[in-house]
Amino acid sequence: MLDLSLLIIKYMPMMQKYSAAALLRHGLNRHTTWPRAWRCPPLKDAYDVIIIGAGGHGLATAYHLAKDHGITNVAVLERGWLGGGNIARNTVTIRSNYMRDASIPFYVKSVALYEELTKALNFNMMHSKRTMVDVVQTYPKMRELRRRQLTMDIYGSTYEQITVDALRRRIPALTGGGPDARLPIIGGMVHTDAGVNRHDAVAWGYARAIDAMGVEIHQQTAVESLVRGADGRIEGVQTNRGLVRAPKVAVAVSGHTTTLTETAGLKLPLRTMNLTAFVSEPVKPLVDVIVNCPDAGFYFSQSDKGEMVIGGAPDMGQSFRRDIKQHVFEDTVTAMLSLFPSFKKLKLLRQWGGHLDIAHDASPIMDQTDVPGLFITAGWWGGYKAIPAGGLTLAHLVATGRPHDLMSKFTLKRFRHLDYVMESGTTTAR
Amino acid sequence: MMNIPCPFCGSRNEAEFAFGGPVKPDRSDPNTVSEEEWVAYLTQVPNPLGPVQERWWHVKGCGMWLTIWRDTRTHDIVEGPADAE
Ligand SMILES: Cc1cc2nc3c(=O)[nH]c(=O)nc-3n(C[C@H](O)[C@H](O)[C@H](O)COP(=O)(O)OP(=O)(O)OC[C@H]3O[C@@H](n4cnc5c(N)ncnc54)[C@H](O)[C@@H]3O)c2cc1C
Ligand SMILES: [Zn+2]
Repeated sequence: MLDLSLLIIKYMPMMQKYSAAALLRHGLNRHTTWPRAWRCPPLKDAYDVIIIGAGGHGLATAYHLAKDHGITNVAVLERGWLGGGNIARNTVTIRSNYMRDASIPFYVKSVALYEELTKALNFNMMHSKRTMVDVVQTYPKMRELRRRQLTMDIYGSTYEQITVDALRRRIPALTGGGPDARLPIIGGMVHTDAGVNRHDAVAWGYARAIDAMGVEIHQQTAVESLVRGADGRIEGVQTNRGLVRAPKVAVAVSGHTTTLTETAGLKLPLRTMNLTAFVSEPVKPLVDVIVNCPDAGFYFSQSDKGEMVIGGAPDMGQSFRRDIKQHVFEDTVTAMLSLFPSFKKLKLLRQWGGHLDIAHDASPIMDQTDVPGLFITAGWWGGYKAIPAGGLTLAHLVATGRPHDLMSKFTLKRFRHLDYVMESGTTTAR
Repeated sequence: MMNIPCPFCGSRNEAEFAFGGPVKPDRSDPNTVSEEEWVAYLTQVPNPLGPVQERWWHVKGCGMWLTIWRDTRTHDIVEGPADAE
């Protein structure tokens, strides 16, 4: 009897609603009675769908497969730990100021889904809608942003030009870039739809929700190769815990896509690069917008804790490393001090990096591959903001076999027709 | 910190160099290769978890272009330009 109930606690899906009343109740028990947020079930040898990678895209895809399509016999296989990849390493900028007709509505939808996510998942995302302001120092950049504005306007994403004076009023700490600077500031662009939230909550919120619907998450389960049947179709995956079969497999491994797809004989237009960030000590509220300085090559926002969260340019060569190169770090700091000289006094606390794959045209790839049953979601260079819409649309493709309207241009076929969705340059703010 | 061996200047800090991209095969003739090969030439580069061959320009030094093999996991230069010391 006891054994059975333990088994049920450990393996059966259930979800405790988080609320003020639950907080009070468990608080009275010194918080020792909270149930596990997700189970740790035994690995079966077959599922309807296998998703490789428990990052944002893998988890969100599982969520929409279960919620929108009723597909719950799903395993999410994760090499490390849930939410330990790039979803834990990014600077959480959520925005929709892209360039192409194919991209903007996708990101507009993703931003909207993020704003509703706390409610949808009953998990506090600490969503903080705050404007993003571009500090522009060259005319080519200003023209590029104005071109984006015209297209964004069609899809209801906001961009508005402001003067240097208005810019300095909006960001008082911006004291560099004056008339005598090498690149004087010439104006700004304001994107009011942007925001930031809490990345761990996104991973944990989706994980808890999919677990409650019966989806299994298996951590410490590394996929070593993709397994094809005699007919060429995908048959399953070889893992460090043995062969697991499924007629549909979705690769959501961010950065390692080609490493895996090469095991099925595929070549993809992706290369892997290292992107880095660092944070300062916490200070009093100083900047209430996301500041993006594309000409100087850095961006930052201030976290709720008061830290400046700072990102710079990528390391240009291909890289599978997760640290930051000294000279990338120094270049970013130098660029930042040219516009924010008072930041000289900030102590920097931590720095880190992640590796991401980027497609030839810098747009994502979400498609079924030439291997029937094998799907990929990749090229997420700045794909944190894309997690909700990425999950929504990939689940639609996996479940129905037809692309979702919002992602119908993000195919592999576009390369075959040299019909690029060119977003090179628009991803600099992540 | 990565030091790149320049045949002319010796081992120099990466900050002096500009990245020239992965080495690509010679440009194919779209009239003679298959469509698949042409698309592959235009859009694909090797993305190995290991040594990759790439070009660097010693722009803040002697101005020479050079080719190295660099491991994408470690940044170790596993093979320098042929005539570097
Ligand atoms: C420094 C930095 C700053 C960034 N800033 C932003 C930003 O401000 N805004 C934005 O929108 N985006 C940003 N990004 C990009 C964003 O983090 C990624 O695009 C996004 O997280 C990728 O999707 P994911 O969450 O699914 O990836 P991940 O969290 O990396 O998930 C992939 C998972 O797959 C697992 N995996 C890999 N190989 C295997 C295998 N063989 N078997 C099983 N599991 C495997 C990994 O362990 C990992 O957990 C930033 C990235 C970095 C590095
Ligand atoms: Zn030299």
